[in-house]
Amino acid sequence: MSERVLMTAEDVRRAIVRIAHEIVESHRGSHDLVLIGMRTRGVPLARRLAAAIEQIEGGALPVGSLDIGLYRDDLSVRGTAVQIAPSEMPTDIKGKRVVLVDDVLFTGRSVRAAMEAILDLGRPRRIQLAVLVDRGHRELPIRPDYVGKNVPTARGDDVRVHLSETDGSDEVAILPELEQTSKQEELS
Amino acid sequence: MTSPLREARSRETAIPVHLTEPSGAREWDRRHVLDLDDFSVSEIEQVLETADAMKEVLARDVPRAPALRGTTIVTLFYEASTRTRASFELAGKVLGADVINLTASGSSVEKGESLIDTVRTLRAIGAHVLIMRHPMSGAPYLAASHGDARVVNAGDGWHAHPTQGLLDLYTLRNHIGSLAGKRVVIVGDVTHSRVARSDIWGLSKLGAEVVVCGPPTLLPAELGRDHEDGLPLVTVETDFDKAVQGADAVMTLRLQQERMTGGLLPSLREYSRLYQVNEARMEKARPGAPVLHPGPINEGVEISAAVAHGARSLIEEQVTNGVAVRMALLYLMRGLK
Repeated sequence: MSERVLMTAEDVRRAIVRIAHEIVESHRGSHDLVLIGMRTRGVPLARRLAAAIEQIEGGALPVGSLDIGLYRDDLSVRGTAVQIAPSEMPTDIKGKRVVLVDDVLFTGRSVRAAMEAILDLGRPRRIQLAVLVDRGHRELPIRPDYVGKNVPTARGDDVRVHLSETDGSDEVAILPELEQTSKQEELS
Repeated sequence: MTSPLREARSRETAIPVHLTEPSGAREWDRRHVLDLDDFSVSEIEQVLETADAMKEVLARDVPRAPALRGTTIVTLFYEASTRTRASFELAGKVLGADVINLTASGSSVEKGESLIDTVRTLRAIGAHVLIMRHPMSGAPYLAASHGDARVVNAGDGWHAHPTQGLLDLYTLRNHIGSLAGKRVVIVGDVTHSRVARSDIWGLSKLGAEVVVCGPPTLLPAELGRDHEDGLPLVTVETDFDKAVQGADAVMTLRLQQERMTGGLLPSLREYSRLYQVNEARMEKARPGAPVLHPGPINEGVEISAAVAHGARSLIEEQVTNGVAVRMALLYLMRGLK
């Protein structure tokens, strides 16, 4: 089995610092900013981004976690329910500038669900999207505002993001479709 | 004619008990929710965890999420109910389902349509989930075995009320934490209580020490016997003052007035003197031990007004949690074909 490393721990760190600078530049500071991580790995990424922005701008940045289970559009396609957890918002997002954070952007369907979930929680002034990896193959008209790394992939490739908070260490790797033996278990 | 109680019993013994099971698997493949007797511990945990997410939805300014869009839920009630029916209806609507309410009066049931035909008809018009309450124990099992609608038992005779059991577990756990080893007293008319039966199953599966208390005429004879018949092990105590000693929580049952006419109780006054949940008795429980009641309450009979409306009372919270727990169940059952 040959996994190819796309980003090392150091690459992940640099990407987060760069995105933090881009967010600060685009928003001219961090005023009214709320970072919302999509469960599971978007949450630690959002925390790291917030810490990086705080390093640049000072002050504390609210970070929320979003569960999109109730908003998925494949509910009737999937055989069983996805385990869900409560979304946690640190502050009222009404009128705020929300940056949605996820690890991998693929079809765009999760992001669509996340936007619907956010809009049910309040009416932010603006929603932007930051992802660590954009692997292409969009099925909806969605594009990220901040990208750690663009990776050309085949549709069936497996892109795995490991973060120290959830998986023990930082790394992004790709397992090409042709070399997968048990890819079913990773499709989620 | 066999008594509903006997039917209930034989059904309980017919289904194996899973007392221990790892809670790793997250797949949900249960089509029907008929009682808690055949729930695994991990299924119970999954419902309670999902209910947490549903509480977050209910706490929003506009409590809505689209998870059940396109699902049709029919509540079919052959017996009066306010809170359970309203709770299911709200649970479905919050998640975007279409909910149709049917009662036995005013439907084809009055024209003599059989239960099985009603179930088939409802399925034919597109009902995915059938929420059913019936005065006969076992009626939802009959409905579940005909046609392919998913059936949720909203109370059948004296037998079971599984969603009440789940919401009681959820409410209790939010207040006293893990139920393992906790002493939970169920007091009142246990014989005629489907709530008590489902509570006993749920509590014992989560490892609580269940103490059942009431006048001997209102306690089922089979209770407290050995584990050999597959029933959960409970302690029986007819003296409430002893039962409440060191209790971590007390679950009060509604005393149905019609029990008096059947000669099971000499007088309401005597019942409340011996079994009423009041502040003086609750003093003997663990400090701050909460009190639950499935409602509607007979204030001054099985529970004193001071306790029912006091700091220990979780009665209102039970109602709110009932919606969250039912949302959780409907959500989990939704993906099934």
